[in-house]
Amino acid sequence: MTSVLAVKDLAVSFATPEGAVAAVDGVSFSVEKGECVGIVGESGSGKSQTFMAVMGLLATNGKATGSIKFQDQELVGMKIDKLNKIRGSKMCMIFQDPMTSLTPHLKISRQLTEVLVLHKGMSERDARAKAVQMLDRVKIPDAKRRLDQYPHEFSGGMRQRVMIAMALICEPQLLIADEPSTALDVTVQAQILELMQELRSQGDMSIVMITHDLGVVAGLCNRVMVMYAGAFCETAGVDDIFHDPQHPYARGLVGSIPRLDRPGEARLTAIRGQPPNLQHLPMGCTFQERCDFVFERCIAERPALSTFAPERAKACHLKGFDKEGKVVR
Amino acid sequence: MSGEPLLSIKGLKVHFPTSSGGLFGATRPLKAVDGVDFDVFPGETLGIVGESGSGKSTIGRAVLQLIKPTAGTVAWLGTNIAGFTRAQMKSRRREMQIVFQDPLASLNPRMTAGDIIAEPLDTFEPQIKADERKARVQEMMAKVGLLPQMINRYPHEFSGGQNQRIGIARAMILKPKLIVADEPVSSLDVSIRAQIINLLADLQKEMGVALIFISHDLAVVRHVSHRVLVLYLGKVMEIAESQVLLSRPRHPYTQALLSAAPVPDPEVERGKKRLLIEGDLPSPLDPPSGCVFRTRCPKAQAQCAQDIPALEPRGGASDHLVACLFPD
Repeated sequence: MTSVLAVKDLAVSFATPEGAVAAVDGVSFSVEKGECVGIVGESGSGKSQTFMAVMGLLATNGKATGSIKFQDQELVGMKIDKLNKIRGSKMCMIFQDPMTSLTPHLKISRQLTEVLVLHKGMSERDARAKAVQMLDRVKIPDAKRRLDQYPHEFSGGMRQRVMIAMALICEPQLLIADEPSTALDVTVQAQILELMQELRSQGDMSIVMITHDLGVVAGLCNRVMVMYAGAFCETAGVDDIFHDPQHPYARGLVGSIPRLDRPGEARLTAIRGQPPNLQHLPMGCTFQERCDFVFERCIAERPALSTFAPERAKACHLKGFDKEGKVVR
Repeated sequence: MSGEPLLSIKGLKVHFPTSSGGLFGATRPLKAVDGVDFDVFPGETLGIVGESGSGKSTIGRAVLQLIKPTAGTVAWLGTNIAGFTRAQMKSRRREMQIVFQDPLASLNPRMTAGDIIAEPLDTFEPQIKADERKARVQEMMAKVGLLPQMINRYPHEFSGGQNQRIGIARAMILKPKLIVADEPVSSLDVSIRAQIINLLADLQKEMGVALIFISHDLAVVRHVSHRVLVLYLGKVMEIAESQVLLSRPRHPYTQALLSAAPVPDPEVERGKKRLLIEGDLPSPLDPPSGCVFRTRCPKAQAQCAQDIPALEPRGGASDHLVACLFPD
């Protein structure tokens, strides 16, 4: 089976006055047909930039090297007009802030139908009908009337629905969602997540969910990749990440979230220190300064992401953690 | 909770005048906070949870008289401070402090960490000697987990989490009785968030300060608070001990909030039946008649459009208050 997306040794660096910053440091992964992958990491971990590189949307001072194959087509170095035929139609991205991703002075009908007319050569009329159908699908009430409204006439949650409708209108094979519910209120976030779940179960579209919120990943994704300082530190099925995380950072993340369903526990297990400066990464493991289990090898040699069980990989020199959570060296 | 409350809020209203358009258009009030009652007892943490526009931050500011209340009383140790002048407030301010959401924006970029933390000292104890001032600042820095040798650094040299520690040190240095923490961890990364939550809990235990912890994140609020107040469109929906609120929520809005919050456990999430509520928060300029939650409430009936539900004890506990005509 060929993957929808196959990324190999992708590195993203930005040229800054203080020298180059490596935001993504040689990551390899694939996204299979119909699966939902969660990319979890803190700000600056490179989770967004990895997929900005996939979409060819890096800032002008950014440079991607390596290989990004979308349905066997190499995207790195692809000519922009050829790339434009793929992104926005076969592969779409939705962003965190629905207000700044819609053009404020254009009616949403125009913004929705444009892709259809452009990518699929549809007539204006067919495109409008399809747009109404899409708004219905993302559960915008009274879709026909709302089609001719401007973005400011929609609430935050509704705008995010419009964004999702826009991304889905060409029926993409891959949907990349970058923190789609972070800017929304809890009750509205629940509505959007419910919608994403529905979309996931309806077809064979693959979804990549980029988020800092492990709770969002738990309900939606079947596979999770945890990013730290520009590289993956652990990748696993969703149950393993939550119940048996093997990288100290992943363990720390899971332990540092207050939980509504587990009353009584007194203290969160915080990860000490702060994320490293990407310009001055240590020679060995990037997590060494915050890790409670650091030993000589961690300082001398950076661990590579390696498979240690079926469908599971981690970048750590430790043997792992046993069922009681004790470290095995 | 027993004993005398530190802070007792009765019928608090904060209305902002807004123009309805046009040069001579009449103003109409935006009712950000509309009749709120609650007490805060010494040493406890009261969590205030609500969505954006619910009025949670406005309450925090009105408590500190940073915004003048439109009506109601704010009793601090028995004295109503609502409507106090700046001069009258000043003597009270050393007992009540605030920590803001955005750590960097709430610190003066031209002042060193030491001067920022010492500012309340300079205001209230100007006679203090330089070496004692420095010693107290460094003691406070150590308490909040900052290295005392960082005293001469500027805010931009610190990370977000460290800046929030500076903000907390500034609020704590006068050993206040109450701190209003307005979304203190919302702008921080997950791993840093846990550090700050633990720090606040430790400091409270050590110094006995009362906290009003304002957040949109029910899981965080529940974790840090002894009691939780649920706010919707400027009105209190439910107040209860946090454990009780979690295990036995009685207001439909609290139930919806609990069900909406994603739980970081795939098994729980898969098995969960989400109680989704439709739509968005109505505009506080034009709140629904009767119960403000009725437009999104799954249990709303005709009566809800007419009668405003009072905040009353339910379920046999005098400290579990619910504002609903048809509570569980």
